[in-house]
Order: sequence, then C-alpha cells, then structure tokens
Amino acid sequence: MPDTKKLQRVDLIFTEECSYKDVLQNTLKRPKDEIVQEILDSGLRGRGGAGFPTGLKWKFTAQEESDEKFVVCNADEGEPGTFKDREILTRVPFKVFGGMAVCGYVIGSKQGYMYLRGEYEYLKEDIQKRIDEFHKTLDELGFDFRIQLLMGCGAYICGEESALFESMEGKRGEPRNKPPYPTQEGFRRKPTVINNVETLVYSLMICNVGSQKFQELGTADSRGSKVFSVSGDTPIPGIYELELGMSLAEFVEEFGDGDTKSVQVGGAAGFCVPRKKFNDTIIGFEGVPTGGSMMLFNSSRSMYNVLKNYVEFFREESCGQCTPCRVGCQQLLKGIEAVKKGEKPTTYLKTLLKLTEVMKVTAKCGLGQSVANSFSSIVDNFKEEMIY
Amino acid sequence: MADKVNLKIDGIDVSVEKGNTVLDAAKKLDIHIPTLCYHEDLCVAGNCRVCVVERKGSGNLIASCATPAEEGMEIFTNTLKVRQARRYIVDLLLSEHREDCTKCYKNNNCELQSLAADTIISDYLFMDLVPDKEYTIDQYSPSIIKDDGKCIRCQRCVRTCTELQHVSALGVAYKGDEMKISTFFENPMIEVVCTNCGQCVNRCPTGALVERNYIDQVYDAISDEDTHVVVQTAPAVRVALGEELGFDPGERVTGKMVTALKRVGFDSVLDTDWSADLTIMEEGTELLTRLKKALVDKDTSVKLPMTTSCSPGWIKFIEHTYPEFLENVSTCKSPQQMFGALAKTYYAQKRNLNPEKIVSVSVMPCTAKKYEADRPEMRDSGYKDVDYVLTTRELGMMIRQAGIDFLTIPDNKYDSIMGESTGAAVIFGATGGVMEAALRTAYEIVTGKEVPFDNLNIEPVRGMEGVREASIVIEGATDDWKFLEGVELKTVVAHGLTNAREVMQKVKKGEADWHFIEIMACPGGCLGGGGQPIPTTPEIRQKRADAIYDEDANLPIRKSHENPEIQAIYKEFLGEPLGHKSHELLHTHYKERDRV
Repeated sequence: MPDTKKLQRVDLIFTEECSYKDVLQNTLKRPKDEIVQEILDSGLRGRGGAGFPTGLKWKFTAQEESDEKFVVCNADEGEPGTFKDREILTRVPFKVFGGMAVCGYVIGSKQGYMYLRGEYEYLKEDIQKRIDEFHKTLDELGFDFRIQLLMGCGAYICGEESALFESMEGKRGEPRNKPPYPTQEGFRRKPTVINNVETLVYSLMICNVGSQKFQELGTADSRGSKVFSVSGDTPIPGIYELELGMSLAEFVEEFGDGDTKSVQVGGAAGFCVPRKKFNDTIIGFEGVPTGGSMMLFNSSRSMYNVLKNYVEFFREESCGQCTPCRVGCQQLLKGIEAVKKGEKPTTYLKTLLKLTEVMKVTAKCGLGQSVANSFSSIVDNFKEEMIY
Repeated sequence: MADKVNLKIDGIDVSVEKGNTVLDAAKKLDIHIPTLCYHEDLCVAGNCRVCVVERKGSGNLIASCATPAEEGMEIFTNTLKVRQARRYIVDLLLSEHREDCTKCYKNNNCELQSLAADTIISDYLFMDLVPDKEYTIDQYSPSIIKDDGKCIRCQRCVRTCTELQHVSALGVAYKGDEMKISTFFENPMIEVVCTNCGQCVNRCPTGALVERNYIDQVYDAISDEDTHVVVQTAPAVRVALGEELGFDPGERVTGKMVTALKRVGFDSVLDTDWSADLTIMEEGTELLTRLKKALVDKDTSVKLPMTTSCSPGWIKFIEHTYPEFLENVSTCKSPQQMFGALAKTYYAQKRNLNPEKIVSVSVMPCTAKKYEADRPEMRDSGYKDVDYVLTTRELGMMIRQAGIDFLTIPDNKYDSIMGESTGAAVIFGATGGVMEAALRTAYEIVTGKEVPFDNLNIEPVRGMEGVREASIVIEGATDDWKFLEGVELKTVVAHGLTNAREVMQKVKKGEADWHFIEIMACPGGCLGGGGQPIPTTPEIRQKRADAIYDEDANLPIRKSHENPEIQAIYKEFLGEPLGHKSHELLHTHYKERDRV
C-alpha cells in the first residue's frame, strides 16, 4: 500500500488574499536565478498533464541565447472532462498573466501569447480587456512585457505544444519532430516556454508563498496541489483544488455517488481505474497523473460505450499525419465494433491491445502515444463489457 | 573533433557530422532502414514512422529520419520490438490503401509494394478500411492523375509542391481519419495553380500521383496504316531512359533509343534537339532585337529582361503568379511545339504527306508538356500540332512491352528531315543549357567570333546552384551590332520554381539588371523533369547532367546556327528568324490566370 495523503482542499489558486500586483512587484525585484531556483525547489510540474518540471523549462529557456524568446500560455483546454482553465481564466486571469510576466522576466522575453481554445471564443472579449488592464499595470511597474491573445479553432491536437506553435504561426496544427524542444525552438523557431494556464498561476503563487510552503503539500513526486475538474456520475460536479497524492478511494469517497464503478483519470488520454483498484491508486505522477479531468462512472454506464466514445474522439482529433495514430485509431474503432458484433473473434482484442502498444512507442506525438492509456485500461478491466 | 558525434548502431561504432540524423549514420554503415515519407530532396517530415528504431534507454522508438545523431547514442535497428512495430505500421498503411497492385500504373515501381514485400506481409493483421472511405480519383488534368485511394499521406507531394516549387497547389486537408492531400477548395488539379510540373509524381512513393498516359492512343496510331506517325525525342530523355531499362543513371542511350522507337513502329524518328536549335535561332534573334529596340530605338515598350519560354511548367507558373511580366517572356514556342507546328507543315510538304494523316508524338521528360500540347494556342499548323506526349517513363514501358532487349540492341541514327542537331540543343536538357546555347549563337551573330570560353563551355551558367548569375562583355561587335560593343550582357539562370520565384521577386522589386533569364520549372532543368524515371535524387540528376555535357562535347557541331538542317529550313521555308512564317508557326502568346 503506497503512502497516500488524505483528501484535503487547498486554496492557493483562487485565493483572494493575495494581490497579483504586489506579488509581481516583489518578484520582479528578485534575481532571476533565485526565482528559477524557487520554482525548481518547489517541485512544481506542468499541470497540463505531461508533468514536466516547470523550473527546468524556465531554466533551459533562460540559458538559450537568442534575439527573441517567447512565453506561451497554453489555454487550449481540450482534454475531454477538463474545464478548470476556463474557471481560472474567468476568476483569476491576472494571476495567469502575472505568471507569464514572471516567466518573461526570468527567461528574457518581452512577448507573451495566450492561445485560447476555440470553444472559449465567448471569453475572448473579457480576457482581452483584462490583458489591456494588465498591460497598464506592467507599465506602472516599468516592466516591458506584452501579451497577445490568439484563438484556436477547435482542434484538440493544437493543445500539443508544437502543433500549437504551428497553429500560432498560421499553419496547419501538426506536431513537429522533437528534438528540437520548445525551450530550444518553439514559436517561430525561437526559444519558448509554453506552460499550462494553471502552471503559470502556481508559478506566481510559489513566488508569493515560497517553495517551502508549496513543497509541504503533496508527495515526493507530486508536490503541491492541483485543480481538478470533477464530472460524470457525481452529486457535486465542479472545480476543486486538492492536495496531490490522495488515493482514488479517498477521492471517490468525497465525490462518488455511492455506486462508482470506475474513474477516468486524465480524460480521454488518461487511464480508467476500476473500483477494485481505487485503494491502490494514487492521484499524482507516481500513480495515475491527470491534467485535472476526473470523470466518474457508475454502474449504469456501459464501458464499451465509454471506450467507443474516446476512440471516436481520437479518430477524429488525430491530426492525421502519422501512420500509427491516423490509421491506428480507425482500426481500434472498427475493431471493437467488430468484436462487439461478433464479426471478429474475441482474440482480436489482443491484436488491438498490441496495436495500442505499438502506437504508444511509435506515434509522433503525445496524442497517438496516449490512446493506449484509455484503450488498454478499459479493455483490460472491462473485457466482458467489450464482448457481450 | 567538435563537429563530430560518435554513436553506436547495432553494436558498430560510427562517427558522423553534427546535425546528421540517425538514418544518415546508419547509411554510412550500410545498414538499410526502410523509409517512406523521407526523400533526399525534401525537408524531414517524420510522419510515416516506418523508419523507427530503438534507442537504448528510451521506451519509445524514435524516427531515425527525424532524430539527430547524438554523442553516445546506442541505436538498434533490427530488434524484435522494431520489427514488430514496423510490421504493424506497414500493415496499417496497407489497410488504408486501395490495393490494385496488378492493375496499378506503378506496379513494380512502388515503394509501398517493396516495403510490404520486405516486411513479409503474408496475412493482414487488420481490417480493410477502404470500403469505409469515399476515395476519389481526379483525372481531369491532361498531365497528372491523383488517386486518393492509393495515397499513404506521407506528404512528399505537399512538401515538393510547397518547398521545392513554392506552388502549393497540393496541401493537407481535414484531420484524423478524413485527412487527405487536396487542393484549394478541393478543386480538380486542372483548375488550381498546379503547373503540371510533375515533381510530385516523381516523389510519390505509390500510385497516388501518376502522369496521364497516352500509350494506348500512340499504339492505336502506330497500328493505323493510314497514318504517318512521327516521334520527336527531347534532349533530356536520352540521358535518363536507360534508367527505366536496366542501365545505371548517367548512361547515354541516344542510339539505342532511336533503334527502339523504330522497332516499336514509329514511321519517322526525329529529334526535338533539331527544334531546340531552331528555338535558339528565334529566341536569340528575339533577344537581340529587344536589346536593339531598347538601346538604340529607345523604345520603352520593349520588355527586358527577357525570359525563356521552353518550360511549360514555368509558363503556367508565371501566368498564375507574375502575370504582369508575361510580356517579358519570349514569344517563342517551346522546341516541342515548334517541332509540332512544323511536322504538319514543313515536314508534310517536304515528305509529300497529307498533314491530316500525320500523328505527331513527342517523348518528353515532362508532364507539363502534355498540358502544353493541349493548349488551344498550339494549333497553328491547322491541326493539333502535337497529338500525344509521352514521358520518358511511358516510353520505357512501351519498349518493355514491345519485347525489345534494350541492353543489347544496336545504335541507330535519327531520320531526316528534322532529325539533325547540335551540342547546343542537347544541353537544353540541363539547367543553364538554353542560356549557354543562346550565348554561343548570339555572341557569334554579334561579333562574328566564338564565345570567349574554353572549348565553348560556358562554365558559369552550368551547375546545380539554384540561381546562377553570369555576364559576358561583348567585344568586337560587327557593324550591324555596334550598339552592343562593350555592353556587359547580364544573365541569370534558375531551376525549380522556388528559385524562379526568387528571381522574379528581384525583377518585381526592380533590383535586377539582367537582360536575359533562363528558368526551368524542374530541379536540374529538364533532366530532373516530372516525366523522368523514378527515383530522382541530387546524385542521379548530377549523373544525367554529366551525361548531357558529355553528349554535347562529343557532337561534331555544337552551335545551333551551324546545324545544316536549320540553315536549310530558313532557306527553303521560314525565310529568316522572326520572319512572317516564324511568327505564324513558331511564336505564341500567354494569358493571365487566377491565383487560386
């Protein structure tokens, strides 16, 4: 039994007890190295899902020599079941901008961009107004940094960082080959820090409360707290900031409806955890990581339908450039349908599982690589539902 | 050394330059890693994933074409994990691909087919996706047929069209399972900015992009006893046809080609080189006339710089892209079309044939020539000047089909009339060749002396550099051309439409002081044309170029104006360059086309 934390609500992100202006003013006076060290010490990892250490990203980009560098806020919140960035942008947008400005200060960038999910078009005007306001604050503080708001057009793949850059550059949103990484060649092939909305707020908050306080929360691999988007079969859906490292059992205890059969942790790209594993599953990087999406399913749900929905989603949202992802997703969908209808033997599921393994190691980007997560975890745990 | 990185592939140490990929390093060790989306001429895409290999310490496989070699890397190209992944990927590609292998035009010359054979696909792992798809075939273009059912989405064609040619007629549309290669608003290729250059065809690994072939029509004409079928062969065909028929790149097969064409059954085997010489007479005179009007008559309506007009891909490109410069384009028809117009007039008269009964066929390194022959302007003989255009590849197929053992057949000479040519005409097949041929003649017309270059070889205009500038100072002009005395004639040569655009941008911005511009749509000029044998690489193109210059060096006559059959046609039929008859038959006009 792993060492788990109790479920604990935290209020770092939305707290009103902190003026972003004060934090910014104090932080911009500190030496850049010290700030990077603070973020490194805090153990903060990317909150978009992939979990790359934020301090390292900043450090690498700061070390690059270039005439221009950029800070990009990834607000293309497209993972099914996540809606926390929308909430953050609505309630505490200045903290997001503040995080961007601090990052700009640290890496030596004067230009930030926010890439907003196409479906959040209705937030655009409001966010723009606040950006304008923020620019005035920066002028007052005498810090030369600007943020430009760019809109996505509704493609899930554009949340992948390199596809996002392509999209920002006006091109088709297709992931690039890596290396080079964004810290070396990002937007317009210049060194770029790209962080999730939530990550940027935490960065600013760590500058406020110090790495020590942040570190006290969570586990060795998963420091701090995280904003969760809770949805599905729950009496209390919504946005919750919780300490990392709790067991899924604790989580279900709090949010389940008493009949929880499984939880999809991390959206379509994440893992499905069945009831029997709730106790052994830590929510965090040492267990099952999540960008925030927590979908609860009770016994009335068909896991075949859940899976089919995810695979349909991937089949449509793959950019289509690489073979394993483009064709693999089509085969997975056609395959589970054929098994369900009895047109293919149940052993065909093994071929499909093997296919997801191949997709995981050969696909060009995280999208194709992560299809295996939901597919194998649902098929393995709910095999009878796939067949009968 | 700092610029070198050392790595290990399959247990073997290798050292490569920094920036080289894992694939490059494997090649150095003669380790073959299969590829599909990779092409030497294009930027790396890394999207087919066929070239994945295992890297020690990494759970995921890496695409060897897209991963830079790093110090201390340990790579394995032939592990169980790699072989299984590759097999799955090839299987996936096949499941989306309409397998018409035995009735496919690319049968036996298909990279997917070879890869499937190497991967030993004996049974399919997955279900056939083709019935779920609504694949379409675009067969409206006289040059290129695009069959989406055979497309593997490697995007080589897209990269060719955007990067190599800056045309961007082809692009990627939709996403996910619906992702496809398409055009602006999914219009047929014939209705978009496509120049018909066929570079996409040269790089398509499958049968998704092929030329429209006219083999059956040509055989029908040959079998029809009432018709007289003449065939002309373009300069670049003779240095590449061998590749279709068992020779290594760079083999000159002029004599064998003539023999084969006769055996296939053409009534008369003639040479586009002849009309290339004629083009030089017309175009050289046109340039000198434009210079005279501009310099002596101070006629401001004369457009300079003048550009060449031999490349129909270039013509369509400028019609779409720089229509404001159409008057700068030489009015000369291409050698193919000059030949066609004369085949049904001069040739018919001389041979006492009814032009209505002449079928004029050309063998071209080019797919755009098919479109050119179909242009409504190209009927000045009163008939369709060139009836059918075959690519080098189609001729190769016809020769194989006719059961001719090309490796062993003897050489033969072209028929007459319109079969005699010079070294100046042969070099039309290489980038810079038209410029060199024109300078050899124009300089001599003006000064009465040979161009001041060793052995007539105007080296500055040769080579594979994308844009090459050269100038020549005219010394010792004869009385008629005194106004050119001391003038530095400035020229530029560009090949590939990306380079053409670079040149035209300079002209547009007024930054250019050239008098004469040679542009060929294809990389390397016609020798790298869209109708040439597949594959094409910089190395293969260089070998073809070497062969072309060898052919030139070995011909007894190397200046167009010294071609006896050219002298004869001016005496007997045309009168003089730019004369009345020339205007009627050998010159044309261009039209502005939409930008989309």
